[in-house]
Formats: sequence, C-alpha cells, structure tokens
Amino acid sequence: MSAVVDQAEQAIAATVKPRRWGSWYVAEHRFRVMRSYAQTVVVTAIGNPLIYLYAMGVGLATLVDGNLGAEAVDGVSYLTFVAPALLASAAVAVASEEFSYPVLLGFKWNPVFYGMNASPIQPGQIINGIVISVTVRMLVTLGIYFGFMLLFGAVPSPTGFLAVFAALLTGLGLGALLMGYTARIIDDNGQLVMVMRFIILPMTLFSGTFFPLGVLPIYLQWIGWISPLWHGTELARVFAYGASEPIWLTVVHVLYLAVLLGIGWTWARRVTVRRLNK
Amino acid sequence: MPEPVIIAQNLVKKYKDFAAVDGISFEVAPGESFGLLGPNGAGKSTTMRMVGAVSTRTSGDLSILGLDPNGYGPEIRSRLGVVPQSDNLDTELRVRENLLVYGRYFGLPRKQVAERADELLAFAQLEDKAKSKVDALSGGMKRRLTIARALINDPKILLLDEPTTGLDPQARHILWDRLFRLKEQGTTLLLTTHYMDEAEQLCDRLVVVDKGTIMAEGSPAELIRKHSSREVLEVRFGSERNAQVAEQIAGFGDRIEVLPDRILVYSGNGEREMERMTQAGLHPITSLVRRSSLEDVFLRLTGRTLIE
Repeated sequence: MSAVVDQAEQAIAATVKPRRWGSWYVAEHRFRVMRSYAQTVVVTAIGNPLIYLYAMGVGLATLVDGNLGAEAVDGVSYLTFVAPALLASAAVAVASEEFSYPVLLGFKWNPVFYGMNASPIQPGQIINGIVISVTVRMLVTLGIYFGFMLLFGAVPSPTGFLAVFAALLTGLGLGALLMGYTARIIDDNGQLVMVMRFIILPMTLFSGTFFPLGVLPIYLQWIGWISPLWHGTELARVFAYGASEPIWLTVVHVLYLAVLLGIGWTWARRVTVRRLNK
Repeated sequence: MPEPVIIAQNLVKKYKDFAAVDGISFEVAPGESFGLLGPNGAGKSTTMRMVGAVSTRTSGDLSILGLDPNGYGPEIRSRLGVVPQSDNLDTELRVRENLLVYGRYFGLPRKQVAERADELLAFAQLEDKAKSKVDALSGGMKRRLTIARALINDPKILLLDEPTTGLDPQARHILWDRLFRLKEQGTTLLLTTHYMDEAEQLCDRLVVVDKGTIMAEGSPAELIRKHSSREVLEVRFGSERNAQVAEQIAGFGDRIEVLPDRILVYSGNGEREMERMTQAGLHPITSLVRRSSLEDVFLRLTGRTLIE
C-alpha cells in the first residue's frame, strides 16, 4: 500500500468520531464559554422566577383577584394564569440571549466558527452544537422556574411539568429564527438591538402574557396569532392548569412552534455553510 | 520525488466573473516546506482555503493526502493544522482552554488532549500563560498559541497563511525557530508570505503567484539564478541625478533598474561594476554591493506598482 493511500485511510478512520459527535463537541465549547458567565446564568435562573412570580403573581394578583374574584382570569387565580406565561417568557429570554450575540460573535467579533470549520467540524454541526447547548441551558433555567412555580402553588394540574417542554419549544422555535437571522448579519449596524427592542420585548404585550389575548381589540389579536410566545404560552397553560381550548388549537400550537424551529434551524445551517465555504 | 501529499492541477476559483485563482498547478512532497509568494490579492489565501478543504473549487483537480476535498472535507481537515492569516483564537476562553476545546473537535479523548495541550504550551513557550486571557497576550504570543492550537491533532500538513505578518523581529525569529523544528520532525509545511526573507528561511521550494496564476516555480536559489543576477550594485546619486546617470551607465551589468531614490545594477560581479563606474568618473553619494535576493526576483516578476 502506498504511503498516501495509507494516510487517506488514517484520515477516514480519524474522522469517524467528529462526523458522529461533532455537534456535541461544539456544544462542549459553548458550555465552557457559558462557564465564564455562569454567575449571570445562575442569578437570572433563580432571581427571575422569584422576582416575577412574586411581583406579578402575588403583588398584581392581589389586585386582580381582589377585584374580580379568586377565579378571575380564565377560571383560575391570576397567579396560576400568569405563571405558565412567565415560564414561556423565561425561555424566550434565554433564547434571545443565546441565539443572538454568540452567533454574531462566532462569525464576526470573535470568529471562532472559522476556527471550528478548519477542524473536522462541519458548518451544520456548529449550528447543531449551539442548539444543543442552548437547550441544556434552557432546561436548567426552566426547571428552576418550574420549581418556584410549584413552591408558589401555581401548578394545579398533574400534567404541569409538560409546561416546561412547551416553554422549551417556544424558546427554541423563536430562537432558531433569531439564529438564522443573526447568521446572515455581515455588517453589524445594531440590527440585533432593533430586533430585541421592537420585536422580542414588545412580544409579551401582545401574546396574552399578562391578560388573555381576547381582551385586545380584534385588529391587534393577529399579532398574538403569529407570535411564538402566544402559542407557547397557551400550550403551557393547557398543561399547567388545563386551560380549555379545542384540541385542534393545541395541535396547532405544537405544530406552529415545531415548524418555526425547523425553518430557523435549516435556515441557520444553510447560511452558515454559505458563509464558511467561500 | 516521493508520492506528493498535495496535488493541485489547474485549480480555479471564481467569484462571479472574477477569477481569484486562475489555473494554478503544483505538487508538494511529504516533509517538504512549500511557499506561495505573491502580492496582496494574488490568490494565495484562496488557494490555501481550497487546500484547507473549506472552500469549494470552481474547477480543476485537487488531492490532499490522496483525498478529494469535495467529498472528504472533514477527513482532510482531520489531518491538517491551520494557522489563518488573522488569529481566530477564542477570546472568551483562557489560553490553555483554547487548546483543550480545539482538541475535542478532532474527537480526541479529554486526557490525551490535556497532555498534548501541556506539551504544546511548552513548545510555544507559553507555559506561564496557561491561565491568562487571550486578549492579554502579545501579538507574537497569540501567533504561537495559534500554531500550538494547529498542532493539537499532530497534523501531517501545516498550513500557514502569512504566519509572521505584524510581528516584531524577535517574535518572528522565535516563530521561525518553532516552524523549523516542525520541519525537522517531518511535518509538511505549506505557507504563504510576502516576506522574502521568511520564504528564503523556511521554504525548500516555492511558487510566485500573481493575479491568480503562477509566475515562477523553484527553490529560492534556483529562482534567484533564473530570474536575477548573482549580485546587485545599489548606487545613489541623488533623486535628481539618478535618471541622468542611468543613461550614462546603460550597458553596465546584465540589467539596470532606476528607482526614484537609487539605481540598481544587476551583475555577476558588483565590485567590478563599481570600478567601471569610478573609471567613468561617476562617484555616487552611497554605494552598496549585495547578493541578489528573492525580493529582487519577486519584484521583477510581480512589478513594483503598489497593490492595495
């Protein structure tokens, strides 16, 4: 056997693991980076539910329940009504943090994606790795959030734990789209700031988070119908306290979020292949 | 020549109508140190990216370690070490962490990566910086860390794209020393540079590339022999007189080149040309006889016009 054929065979053998596990290796990288801001991750994961559930669920709930009765909104207490929505919002908060600047950074300001791509890691695996790492961080955050919801007595249904997965799907669906959009940014002119300020943040106001979407005038309700946060929130409510809605609508929530995730994920992978293979 | 580890035939890379690489062919033998020389925009980095299996060629044939990058990109990259033109170290991680994380991309076990990382930190003389932040390193240190990172998988071929650009002389010499050691260990080096002294120091063989095509190929000594004279006499008569004197000495040496600040007389014997000049009653303000260098070859082949 010639030396070159021998080397080709060695190369093929050496790439079995990166081909199979490359996405996980990228996730390992993200975990290591997250460790550098672990304090923020932990503080927000514990602080957010504590503050929001207390302020909204206990503070505001006193006012709402006091005026409208104990089954004031959607047939449950205000705390029970708002808690699943806050859970979904927490997933969106993690998504908007992890699927935006780390992606922009990897392509532009700290271009580690090019370094990864010079190794056996493939562009699609970079995107997969980001999705894996954010899923893990999101699950930790949502797990803690759900723990606080239980402590506050805001989860009457035995299927309540499924609200965590509804919120996860919400974060991933929205986040994947954000990741696709971010991957396309060549010149950073503050586009992400605009997206955060004018799409992500106002989304809570039009997604039935603090009050049912039906309360809004009909000409504003369409915002909720296209908002992943509304679909995720409604889904989480079905699981957390058995909010009543037709089964087809529950299926639509799941499908809508899954399709967003699929579109965003594929989009981000394609853009990354194009950007890294010049 | 042993079976080549890199074979490029008529390699073309086009961006719409612009051909960044326009029919380049070359071969690199195992253990050889091969250089791509050329001005900015010559197509060196594009060629490197194609060899690095991160840029798909428009046409031509390319084989790296017997594999075609079109079907075996990750396989080829598993055996390469890449030092890009600008460092893409992870500034969010510490020095040693950069090596640990990078080793994992090759599927290497954690223990093996950790051992290799420590060896490479010693090789790159960065042991005491293991826990430093990347941004705290000097330019030379970052470059050495990038090289160390490129070696984490014990590559068969090391690709270096302008490895010493922007470094001070001390840092360059340390880097050259490290690269020379790798060469001694049998690593194949493929490097681009526009520093001629670097090419002379490191390259067994090189090609001069301009506008996407190869202008000349050979060892540094061969190229000098073929495209320049053995020696160069440099004389200065003052910027206003240079052109006038050049007319008087037309016919001196093999060739004369008039630059704004001096005249270059290419000759097999610079001292003899200087004597002829004195006999002709011409007394330059300064004169210097030096050996012809790769820089003379480079400038002759690619011209002196500034390319930006």
